[in-house]
Amino acid sequence: MSELNSTQPHSSQLDMMASARYQRWRLLKDKLVARSVVVGGLSIIVAIVLIFFYLLYVVFPLLLSSHAEQVASYDMPEAAMGRTLLLAMEEQNQVAVRFTENGQAIFFNTADGAVISTENLPIPPQLTVTSFAHGDFDKAEVVYGLSDGRALIVKHQYKITYPGGKRQITPAIDYPLGNQPIVVDAAGQALQQVAVKVDDESSSLVAKTADNRILLVGLTQKRSLFDDEVTLERNDIVLEAAGHDVDFMLLDKEQRNLYLANRKGDLSIFDVSDKAQPSIKHKLNVMEQGAEVSSIEFLNGDISVLIGDNRGELSQWSMVRDEKNHFSVEKLRSFKVSGAPLVAINAEQRRKGMLVADANGNIGIYNSTAEREVLKNSVVKGKPAAVALSPRADSFLLQGDDNKVHFWHIDNEHPEVSFSSLWQKVWYESYPKPDYIWQSSSASNDFEPKMSLVPLVFGTLKASFYAMLVAIPLSLFGAIYTAYFMTPRIRQYVKPGIEIMGALPTVILGFLAGLWLAPFVEAHLASIFSLLMIVPLGVMIFAFFWQKLPEHIRYLMPDGWNAVVLIPVIIFCSWLAFAISPGIEALCFKGDLRAWMSSEFGIGYDQRNTLVVGLAMGFAVIPMIFSIAEDAIFSVPKHLTTGSLALGATPWQTMTKVVLLTASPGIFSAIMIGFGRAVGETMIVLMATGNTPVMDLSIFQGLRTLSANIAVEMPESEVNSTHYRVLFLAALVLFMFTFIVNTLAEMIRQNLRQKYSSL
Amino acid sequence: MIKAWFKSGAPWIWLTAGAVSINLILVVGLLGLIAVRGLGHFWPADIVEYHYQDSKGQSIIIGEEVATALLPEAQAKAAGHEVLNNAEYLVQFLVKTGNRDILGSDFRWIQEQYIQQKTEPEDLIAIERREWGNFYGRLLAVKESGAVIAQGEQAWNTAQEKLLKLLELHDQVDDLQDHEVAAINYNLERLRLKQRALELKNQWNDTVSQEFAAQKQAYEQQYQAIQQKLAELNREIKRTSLVVVDANQKEISVPLGRVVKLTRPNAMSLFDKSIEYVSAFITFITDEPREANTEGGIFPAIFGTVLMVLLMAIVVTPFGVIAAVYLREYAKQGLITRIIRIAVNNLAGVPSIVYGVFGLGFFVYILGGSIDRMFFPESAPAPVFGTPGLLWASLTLALLTLPVVIVATEEGLSRIPKSIREGSLALGATKAETLWRTVLPMASPAIMTGLILAVARAAGEVAPLMLVGVVKLAPTLPLDGNFPYLHLDRKFMHLGFHVYDVGFQSPNVEAARPLVYATSLLLVMVIVGLNMFAIAIRNNLREKFRALEN
Repeated sequence: MSELNSTQPHSSQLDMMASARYQRWRLLKDKLVARSVVVGGLSIIVAIVLIFFYLLYVVFPLLLSSHAEQVASYDMPEAAMGRTLLLAMEEQNQVAVRFTENGQAIFFNTADGAVISTENLPIPPQLTVTSFAHGDFDKAEVVYGLSDGRALIVKHQYKITYPGGKRQITPAIDYPLGNQPIVVDAAGQALQQVAVKVDDESSSLVAKTADNRILLVGLTQKRSLFDDEVTLERNDIVLEAAGHDVDFMLLDKEQRNLYLANRKGDLSIFDVSDKAQPSIKHKLNVMEQGAEVSSIEFLNGDISVLIGDNRGELSQWSMVRDEKNHFSVEKLRSFKVSGAPLVAINAEQRRKGMLVADANGNIGIYNSTAEREVLKNSVVKGKPAAVALSPRADSFLLQGDDNKVHFWHIDNEHPEVSFSSLWQKVWYESYPKPDYIWQSSSASNDFEPKMSLVPLVFGTLKASFYAMLVAIPLSLFGAIYTAYFMTPRIRQYVKPGIEIMGALPTVILGFLAGLWLAPFVEAHLASIFSLLMIVPLGVMIFAFFWQKLPEHIRYLMPDGWNAVVLIPVIIFCSWLAFAISPGIEALCFKGDLRAWMSSEFGIGYDQRNTLVVGLAMGFAVIPMIFSIAEDAIFSVPKHLTTGSLALGATPWQTMTKVVLLTASPGIFSAIMIGFGRAVGETMIVLMATGNTPVMDLSIFQGLRTLSANIAVEMPESEVNSTHYRVLFLAALVLFMFTFIVNTLAEMIRQNLRQKYSSL
Repeated sequence: MIKAWFKSGAPWIWLTAGAVSINLILVVGLLGLIAVRGLGHFWPADIVEYHYQDSKGQSIIIGEEVATALLPEAQAKAAGHEVLNNAEYLVQFLVKTGNRDILGSDFRWIQEQYIQQKTEPEDLIAIERREWGNFYGRLLAVKESGAVIAQGEQAWNTAQEKLLKLLELHDQVDDLQDHEVAAINYNLERLRLKQRALELKNQWNDTVSQEFAAQKQAYEQQYQAIQQKLAELNREIKRTSLVVVDANQKEISVPLGRVVKLTRPNAMSLFDKSIEYVSAFITFITDEPREANTEGGIFPAIFGTVLMVLLMAIVVTPFGVIAAVYLREYAKQGLITRIIRIAVNNLAGVPSIVYGVFGLGFFVYILGGSIDRMFFPESAPAPVFGTPGLLWASLTLALLTLPVVIVATEEGLSRIPKSIREGSLALGATKAETLWRTVLPMASPAIMTGLILAVARAAGEVAPLMLVGVVKLAPTLPLDGNFPYLHLDRKFMHLGFHVYDVGFQSPNVEAARPLVYATSLLLVMVIVGLNMFAIAIRNNLREKFRALEN
């Protein structure tokens, strides 16, 4: 005993020491857990904020304004070789070329103006250069018109090699149609204006001679089968006079349309696709009184013509075709650049944008689709002698009248996006009038991306509207009955039963909607509509006669079993609807409702249409609205309803005047959450609509929603391209929309819960 | 009278009851539709021989009757059909005629009014082939190396025997190709990457180079050996062929090696058909897809779905539980918890495609891109993690299902009576100990519920996966015998996406439709089953805690 007593304090002290450490460890653990749980809890907020800011981060560059800055400035290389006719740059912005009036091509470094090489073009020494023009920028050809009626076509090209892992660009000159000048005018008159387009097989040359004839030479290259020898077949035509003098000539890259214009603004367009028989298509004046054309150039794609005038206004003209297939030339839009004459227009080669220089040395960059001035800068004082925009439109060279060359960088990633191009009607090239269009991509470089979000938002709202039209009555009525009238025994099966509907993958609903429901609705359109009438009517009639039945039959049904009793009734009514519809169709609609609608009202019918989406998506939304609304109605405090019933109100009166009123915020938030779900739903709309981004109110037409659009286009969009960012913008719009709807709904629900607990 | 009836409110009650009935009919009808169509896929259908006479003349058509359509007379006439005998309806049958290599398509609509005779002879056979879909016709003979070895009634039995043997050989070929050849290719690729990595680190020298060359040599030799074996097997497989005739007595030779299954459904008894049914179902679940996914099984899709969902569950559980614990046990109920609840609801309400966009941009390009730069410089420019794959799909779906776990766990926590926590604290336990020893174990069924619901949600979600890693046909499974066994960077197949792809992107939608129904049925069964399981656990839990409170 004593031993025990003596040892006990000993060990307990040890215990205490150990336990003190242990206690500290326990407390530390407790604190650590508390900390990490707090961090974990707050990380939920982080997650939602992260999603928002990440989407914003990707979209943000669309909103940034562009800017340009000077990188270098140097004296014109080889100034002694004469005036500059054209400056041009290659893809990498490293090497530029200067074509001179004396027939030299001088390649130089863009960074410092150091000459790389000089080429003397084979222009016969006794001749002078009387005109000059560039062809297609992509193919980099230029043409010299000579004083004896001949023309020389020259191409500048660049070979990229990587000796020792470093990029080296070697410029060269090539003669696609041979290094001898081509005779354009057999009479030997000087060529005052020229235009050229060279293609692999056929090329065209247009020239105006000193005696005002317009000559058109078509050259077809015939490659011999046996050797590589090329023979040229030519086709000479003198164009009927345009009826006005010609100061500017443009030939499009298809070699189909020839534009002739003069300073007064007379513009004639010739169809030269048939080289043997050119014909005049249009003739009009594009200038206001007193204004003069100062420069003219194609917009990328050669469908629109950009015309700059001496008052500093730049306008875009394009041939458009109306519904009746009539062509007309319309002014799509114009930009006020400055008050000075516009001396140079350079179209971007990959986008629908342009760089314009005025006589005071200012440049402006514009985008036609976005209808926006991207930036404006003053580069030199005085009139620029030549301007070159790089192929990627990320830098430009400008030669001032003091023979200094200025090399500028442009930071202009997403010029085609503006508020108006996303949300307003835009007059696209070749379209008869301004419109909302989504058509984001195509294989070709000259495609004008049409990125109006309006048809997509419209499609989204249209699909959700019809889905809600289906879902709200079914789910709310269902919720009212299940929560308030149904006997608890059935309720415990019915509620989870309907809620399980919500767990069904939407891909399956979409698949059924697209492959089963859509053909079914197409075949039984009349039956679907008669179903809408017959089922509610049938239920009412049944209810009326039920109440007439003798009591002992009526009492066979316990209270709250109405829904079960009605199941056979509804099945019978549906069968009836399908049975009598062909008869009705034959009687009123000549046997075929769809044919009748299209012949009487011109209503077209798509197999995968809004009706199908409405039904399928309505089905997907029902459980969500049902579940939340049912909860809200069910949790209305019982003393309110019993009070109302005790005061003599009928159950239905209690329902409408007491229960629904009390639960209305909950019901409202249920509808909101259901709406949010419908707006964001992807698979059903992807599979059950034709995904055509049309703006058509008809219930029998397809649509494309924001979400389906993302699903379709995101995988093939190039990372960080404008298209990619606009798709992120679409995602951001969806996010914001559902965020607002859900936040509002959740706040209403939280308030309601507090209200209930205080009741 | 009617007015009084309306005033009593009874018709409205009936109308609301009608809404419930319609909902129930829709649920049951939808599940029934999928079940009937999906289950019907495996039943060996009878082959019908039609003697058919229409405006183009007389012909014999052999095939399975797939669907019937009734077209009212007016609509039929509008569609350009002739309706004989003033019939009220035009009755059309969709017949699966198979023989796509001969007829150009698998299906054909025929009209009842032109059918002269309809029989189901027992000697009609259906051949399921590795390409060109099914063949329907009659068996004439079996040939081996060009010589006829069996004819007439014997041909059938011989063909069946030979087929069994060939299928075994085929399995061997597949095994060699899928495992051994794939392993060699994988190792060669790893060797190449190792070499590149050493080169980048400037450690590539002659000794290493020789070592690598020797290894490569060894792999080459292994490869040659396998190739030889494969060639032998293939020669053996190619030896046997069937001589068959189609509906129009045209003689065709079908190499037996290209045959998957040979049946005579008209000669089968109900029992035979049942056995056939079960075996078809098993094949469906365990086989690889064939012919652009329109034939064969869906094993890789099942495998991919399960693996992705498992990974997701591993990620989502701790986060979801911690967040719920914070909301219920640690946070003071106030502004912060209100904001978190709103955030949770928003996470639940954000459209799933937005998660896909986020996953693609953030996980794949930003996180994956950085991982590639840091850890896999040798495989540049080919991305490893910087491209959609299993890992990113799991993470994206974990984010998507987080609210489900939080809500369910929170509900479970809220049902645990306060007295239990107070009891634990009163006995001297710290808050963390109370949580770990009493609260969480009691909440574990609720956590389980949340997890099951999350899994069910993830298994059915397709839209985000289309952006972050699902493909229509993955060449390899993400889990195999090559180190490191689990390949998180690989793309995978998914049941839901399979339904979308085969149903809407496939070149032969009509032929693939039964398969899509079967896949849908499988998916629906899994998801509804999981949900019911979760609901059962939840109800059970509620009962338990109700007892505890009293």
